[in-house]
Amino acid sequence: MNLLASPDQPTLEDFGHDVWWIVLIKIVGVFVVLVLMTLFAIVFERKVVARMQQRVGPNRVGPRGYLQSLADGLKLAFKEDIMPALADKPVYFLAPVIATIPAFLAFSVIPLGPTVSIFGERTPLQLTDAPIGVLVVLACSAMGIYGIVLGGWASGSTYPLLGSMRSAAQMISYEIAMGLSIVAVFLYAGTMSTSEIVAAQADGNQVSFFGWEFTGPSWFAVLLPVSFVIYAIAVVGETNRAPFDLPEAESELVGGFHTEYSSLKFALFFLAEYINMVTVSALAATLFLGGWRAPWPLSIWDGANTGWWPLLWFFLKVVAALFVFIWLRGTLPRLRYDQFMRFGWKVLVPTALVWILVVATMRTVSREADLSTGQVALFVGVPVALVVLAGLLVASRAANRDTRLMAEQASAGAVHAVDPEPEVLPPAGARRRPTGGPSRAEGGFPVPPMDLKVPPSPRLRHTAPADGAVVSTGRRGTATVEEDGDV
Amino acid sequence: MTETLSGGETVVFWVLGPIALAGALGMVFSRNAVHSALWLVNTMLALGVFYVVQSAPFLGAAQIIVYTGAIMILFLFVLMLVGRDSSDSVVETLRGQRVAAAVLGLGFAALVGAGIARATQDLVVSGLGDDGGNANVTAIAELLYTRYLLAFEATGALLIVAAVGALVYTQIERAPGSRRGQKELARARFLTTDRPQTLPGPGVYARANSVAAPALLPDGTTTEESFATGIEPQEVDQMPRPTGREQLGSPDGALGTLDPAPSDRGDGR
Repeated sequence: MNLLASPDQPTLEDFGHDVWWIVLIKIVGVFVVLVLMTLFAIVFERKVVARMQQRVGPNRVGPRGYLQSLADGLKLAFKEDIMPALADKPVYFLAPVIATIPAFLAFSVIPLGPTVSIFGERTPLQLTDAPIGVLVVLACSAMGIYGIVLGGWASGSTYPLLGSMRSAAQMISYEIAMGLSIVAVFLYAGTMSTSEIVAAQADGNQVSFFGWEFTGPSWFAVLLPVSFVIYAIAVVGETNRAPFDLPEAESELVGGFHTEYSSLKFALFFLAEYINMVTVSALAATLFLGGWRAPWPLSIWDGANTGWWPLLWFFLKVVAALFVFIWLRGTLPRLRYDQFMRFGWKVLVPTALVWILVVATMRTVSREADLSTGQVALFVGVPVALVVLAGLLVASRAANRDTRLMAEQASAGAVHAVDPEPEVLPPAGARRRPTGGPSRAEGGFPVPPMDLKVPPSPRLRHTAPADGAVVSTGRRGTATVEEDGDV
Repeated sequence: MTETLSGGETVVFWVLGPIALAGALGMVFSRNAVHSALWLVNTMLALGVFYVVQSAPFLGAAQIIVYTGAIMILFLFVLMLVGRDSSDSVVETLRGQRVAAAVLGLGFAALVGAGIARATQDLVVSGLGDDGGNANVTAIAELLYTRYLLAFEATGALLIVAAVGALVYTQIERAPGSRRGQKELARARFLTTDRPQTLPGPGVYARANSVAAPALLPDGTTTEESFATGIEPQEVDQMPRPTGREQLGSPDGALGTLDPAPSDRGDGR
């Protein structure tokens, strides 16, 4: 730990001494930042996804469409507020509030910058910090689950209930993986306070590689790559974002937990989701990407880590993380629920546990053998990462071995690779009607009743009355009466 | 109680104390199981804040994350499955049991309360003082991993065994190969049929949306693959398909006249 990295680096002792109006300014500032980031993130997401799908995206409201989310938000506030008849009224009302408040609270421990001067008062650019800073974020995300779960339950409707059941199981599972991924950062930084974790990533590690001295990177994303990857995957599940947006899978559950919500209550859910996205992006920047500290080429400039500049680096990192979220949404299809849970419990959690073991071993070795962090990371971490990557490669090849072999056989002419008459999705037994229909109905596709007679459509022209019919084409507003010439 | 509380601590206590108590009472008296659980969550949250205020931030965070965040969510998960309308029955099956339970409960509470009050009567409360904060976290870690290591590991092993045991009991055994999984089915479909995807649906036209209406290929002919099984495909009479200025005419040409625009005439086919 290098707390003396910079005189502006706040430590835990710097918190809790602010004047009341500084605290007020910071609270309002965090609130405004979060709301603005939400407005920005929605437009940004729509623009980026549109670009990925070769569309233009919102381009009507404001300059180049950048005020679209503001207009949408205003519109949402003026919509009719519907209380379903079967709703559990107090819980239905409370749920969006419970979802939103922790989302705002979690951002209070995120460090936005070094100690700066606000109207002559020296104060860190961070609302507050605690010895358990990161745990505050975890606690808030744990509370946020209640909003979603209760919202789905209180709606008194099937799809929201299913959505909330899914989200309860999903968010607990992925919170475990997320918490475990952060443990390695705690081990390396030696603290759980966010400002000190940023401080721990301040200076590069001096590494001597066969007599060649250089300064290694100090970001935990580089030192602890496995943790970073697990964190990145877990927070996508934790924030209910595609491809893990099963609680609101629109093709399965209409809108999921918020199907019955409208107007401001829905807006609160929407706000909470995007704030959560911003918060986990900010936490990713804090824990793994050096926080508000300038990245390498910029950090050569001495002034990069002082004053208000770090605010810029910090938000650039947050926007980059947001972009990854949107990128994932634009690229990946939604997982099936069982695949998703299996991935969480059988891949993420065990990997995180083994990784913690490796990190703890590395720490012990470096302490006993008196090596520097960078050396251990270089001589142990890099080989371990390579072994893990090679293992994953072999595992994926092995998992797909059957498919590869069968595909080769199929391309070599053996068309029926599985068995001569593959029974693909047999029609449901009891409801299957005796069919004498065309043989292609045996392909396993649903078969309609064979005695079905489709009544002729009154709109079909050749069954229409032969005398003059009124045909309104809607063109140019001239409804014309004409002779039906072709009957 | 020799040491007086600081101002902020007093305010927090007198605000959260009644809230915690109200949560406990609400949990007991709610008819709806989910409401009961919510009241309990309320109490647990208040307790978590109490821990933080008393210089035990780690304990407070663990209380909120583990008990409120994980365990109570699991409770809710089960309660939600029970159904919304299943409230407690108010029919008393054992006569007088409610009065007896109330009396015994109050008596027990009085006994325990009196015992604790007497035991702590002249105790000097020193508080954690400067050992709160970071030192508190490291102190807990040190105790857990040195003095209470065995108890800690044994508890962990017990929980794991319980979880795995529950999983084993709910597992349904299937003879291997007796049922093809989704992966095998998908593989078979892709490798053995000419068409792994679904057949095209019927056509949807302005004048027909029946399953009997076949879909069109880009060149305008109907595709046989979209014929519905067992139904005679019906030919749909379509609007003439304007392709250019020649058929469409000038849209403004029809303005102000009673003559229909050229493409409205219906003789295009």
